[in-house]
Amino acid sequence: MSGALIVESPAGAAVPAVRARTVHRRLHITSPRATTAKVAAYAVLVIIGFFFIAPLVWLVLAAFEPNASVGQNVPLELSFSNFGKVLTWSQTFLPLINSAILSGGTAALTVVASLLCAYPLSRYHMRFRKPFLYTIVFSTGLPITAILVPVYSMFARFNLVDNVPAVIFFMTATALPFGIWLTKGFMDGVPIELEQAAWVDGASWLSSLRRIVVPLMMPGLVVIVIFTFVVQWGNFFVPFILLQSQDKLPAAVTIYNFFNQYGDVYYGQLAAFSVLYTLPAMGLWIVLGTFLRGKFSFGGAVKG
Amino acid sequence: MSPALIILLLFFAGPIIWACYIAFTNKALTGTGAAHPKWVGFANFTHMFNDPLFIHSLLLTVIFVVGSALIGQNTLGFLIALLERGRNGTFVSILNTFILGAWVMPEIVAAFCWYAFLYQGGTLDSFLRHAGLSQDWLYTAPMFAIIIANIWRGTAFSMMVYAAGFSELPPELLEAARVDGANQLSLLYRVIIPLLRRSIVTNLMLITLQTLASFTLIFVLTAGGPGEESQTTPLYIYQQALQLYDISYGTAMCIVLLLIGALFSLVYIKLIKVEEQV
Repeated sequence: MSGALIVESPAGAAVPAVRARTVHRRLHITSPRATTAKVAAYAVLVIIGFFFIAPLVWLVLAAFEPNASVGQNVPLELSFSNFGKVLTWSQTFLPLINSAILSGGTAALTVVASLLCAYPLSRYHMRFRKPFLYTIVFSTGLPITAILVPVYSMFARFNLVDNVPAVIFFMTATALPFGIWLTKGFMDGVPIELEQAAWVDGASWLSSLRRIVVPLMMPGLVVIVIFTFVVQWGNFFVPFILLQSQDKLPAAVTIYNFFNQYGDVYYGQLAAFSVLYTLPAMGLWIVLGTFLRGKFSFGGAVKG
Repeated sequence: MSPALIILLLFFAGPIIWACYIAFTNKALTGTGAAHPKWVGFANFTHMFNDPLFIHSLLLTVIFVVGSALIGQNTLGFLIALLERGRNGTFVSILNTFILGAWVMPEIVAAFCWYAFLYQGGTLDSFLRHAGLSQDWLYTAPMFAIIIANIWRGTAFSMMVYAAGFSELPPELLEAARVDGANQLSLLYRVIIPLLRRSIVTNLMLITLQTLASFTLIFVLTAGGPGEESQTTPLYIYQQALQLYDISYGTAMCIVLLLIGALFSLVYIKLIKVEEQV
């Protein structure tokens, strides 16, 4: 379509949609160069798209192919037989429940502890507030895997290896810096005047936190809970090192053990298990996405 | 504040302090160092810097961070965010679903996907077989394999940082540059990149920190092998401390890794200006 007339806002996507509509409609005759650039941009994006889709193809195809091997071509028949085989108590349900206990416990503990910690940081003037916040942000950057060896030796020393609550506490400690930082950001958005009225009426800080602040920052708290849950749902290294009993292992670890033992033989089952394990995380991310209305904000933590 | 502080002190600061003690002893999980660890001073650290395998692992870690994060994820994320500006909305959201999907899925599953893709007889191999290039990429090019897999896994993060950066660019400036006759390339180099400087540096710091201690992906794909060809420092620490039971040596290496991370983290908190938001 050479010589096509297109309407283009002067600054492309950077202009909000509303403005783009009200802007004086200028008709450009697209130069061949501009069209080429546009086609090239789409072509590059399509190639990038293939790069991102290609490794996923195996996962989906192998999960539905009854006789899947590592080399995956087009499946000869589609079936749910792999899912049927892995959907047993010991192979799927128990590990998924264990994952839910670890991630759910961590998420719950993180959000409660973050709330209690963020409240004075957000509401009171304290001498150590600034250094404390610096330390918190500093800790969000530390590579957690690098402290796992000392954690293991400490857990071994105090007989905490294979202890689920202790693992949840450790996971909470790693999630807290980011949790506190996000909670404080959300809490700063709740106007203090609402609380002052409650204080005048004799409410304690705890009841004003519970009755006024928490309900008003509910969307933010949901974001923190889901975010923490999903991150820990995918955590492999921590439970791999700190848990040992077969009946306590979360899906991330059992799936790795399955891969190690039968990976080359039962590829279809491994893929089916992977799909089952991935779906809850994906589903929660979609929920999170709708909460953030498509715009991922790190509560100022990433803003340059 | 106290519950959070207690948890942080016991399970975050505690292990770091514990590490600083253990690293100067000969603590091990078996043998004489197991029951009664002795003070050995800087022995673990002098051993470390005379250990060719440790130096080798540091070098591989640098290659991994530079190749997969600083060059790979950063450039690809920037490119995607740039090219997606002003494109068809449906097209962009479908593409982003796949890019974000790679980032959102559990790391272990991402690793399986790449294992199946690169393994001899895997998806890539079944295409290249016809060209006579059949090989086990995880064996012949282990560093390349883990770098590509990590680019795939982590590009979404850089893309989101840059997409947010682009959306905050003042449209007047871009328009002004265009009116003044700037072409696309000089617009990019003279206007967009200087304006996004802070986003770029922040992104580089964050992805370095995320990649530095990367373990799961490499562990599943190559487990550091063949030999030591892809044994980055976290993998080497794991082998020394938890497979060969030399806890004190592993802990000493952890401290070095933590210090490198702390250095980047310090630059990062300087960049994001905590004081403005306090």
